[in-house]
Amino acid sequence: MEARVRALETVLTQKGLIDPAAIDAIVETYETKVGPRNGAHVVARAWVDADFADWLKRDATAAIASLGFTGRQGEHMRAVFNTGDTHNLVVCTLCSCYPWSVLGLPPVWYKAPAYRSRAVMDPRGVLAEFDVVLPETTKIRVWDSTAELRYLVIPQRPEGTDDMDVEQLMHLVTRDSMIGTGLALSPSARQK
Amino acid sequence: MNGPHDLGGQMGFGPVSPEANEPYFHAEWEKRALGITLSCGAFGAWSIDESRHARECIHPANYLSASYYEIWIRALEVLLERHDFASRSEVAEGHARMQAAQPKRILTADKVAAVLAKGGPCDRPVESAPLFSVGQRVRTINEHPAHHTRLPRYARDKVGIVEAVQGSFVFPDDNAHGKGENPQWVYTVVFDGQEIWGMGSEPGLTVSVDAWESYLEPV
Repeated sequence: MEARVRALETVLTQKGLIDPAAIDAIVETYETKVGPRNGAHVVARAWVDADFADWLKRDATAAIASLGFTGRQGEHMRAVFNTGDTHNLVVCTLCSCYPWSVLGLPPVWYKAPAYRSRAVMDPRGVLAEFDVVLPETTKIRVWDSTAELRYLVIPQRPEGTDDMDVEQLMHLVTRDSMIGTGLALSPSARQK
Repeated sequence: MNGPHDLGGQMGFGPVSPEANEPYFHAEWEKRALGITLSCGAFGAWSIDESRHARECIHPANYLSASYYEIWIRALEVLLERHDFASRSEVAEGHARMQAAQPKRILTADKVAAVLAKGGPCDRPVESAPLFSVGQRVRTINEHPAHHTRLPRYARDKVGIVEAVQGSFVFPDDNAHGKGENPQWVYTVVFDGQEIWGMGSEPGLTVSVDAWESYLEPV
């Protein structure tokens, strides 16, 4: 693929159709600016601010935009909240739909057949491969992103975090916890 | 189309195998593939629906063995030829020989931040009121079109409950094929696991899809 992609870039650049510097800027954006820290900020804010959490439930696109996170593959956001009895898991069985504006580029496994095929049918089996074991009484809700809505899971706030602020809480929010293949870290797990 | 992309419920792919501390890119060419794909999307010559369909049309043996960036590049080559930007032989040779079509836009470095921050909203107003309402039971259609569609096979001919009316959006089945945006209402429809997977379904499992109105019938 290396040579094939280089040839493609060469041809398109010779024709004046693409700007190699634009490609550098796109890569830099997703390597340094747009990533799961954005989503972690949204989650941590929702944990400490009930009004913000309510806004997220009603109009996630606007609530997330208020923190400065907008754009490609985040145009139509929905936030889904884990509760004591329901765990949410997001997948795109048809392609690789993913909320780029809050989570950045998707990991390879999210786009690969094993996850896309099994998340809807065998979510507990999938979760076990992420070392997540939920109580048998927890109901699992799988969201297949088949349209243009992009889902952000709001994990449950870990215990023992009452005195933490948004900045501290953000470090407990992993990318996987916002897809549903993980849980937010406990403060003790974070320190390990 | 019932293509290789429609993976929900297929078996045999093995464990998910998440990679610890996965890097954003696994090779330099993946960075270029991302940037080239987004730059060409900015031409305004094809929609996201047409590009998704081009990916679905990759031969199943190639689709299932390719990484996702390879899927993007294979589909992009098809789109560039279809829209007269670059022929397959030019790309194979790595040298421009023919005059390209004129794109609506060329993404230059100075515009990248604004273009990425703006995105491409797909919601469009429709004149009619939604046919279905929250809490209503609906059945998904049992159709197997040869064209692009966003109703997965596992969720066809299944009874579910409308959980939300999400707004009206460009209809991909038409838009992928240059037949116009023809927006429709989109609903989140939630199915009991047993309705989809039968008696062997995990207890307590529910699965939802986001379905355009014409994918649904009243029960």
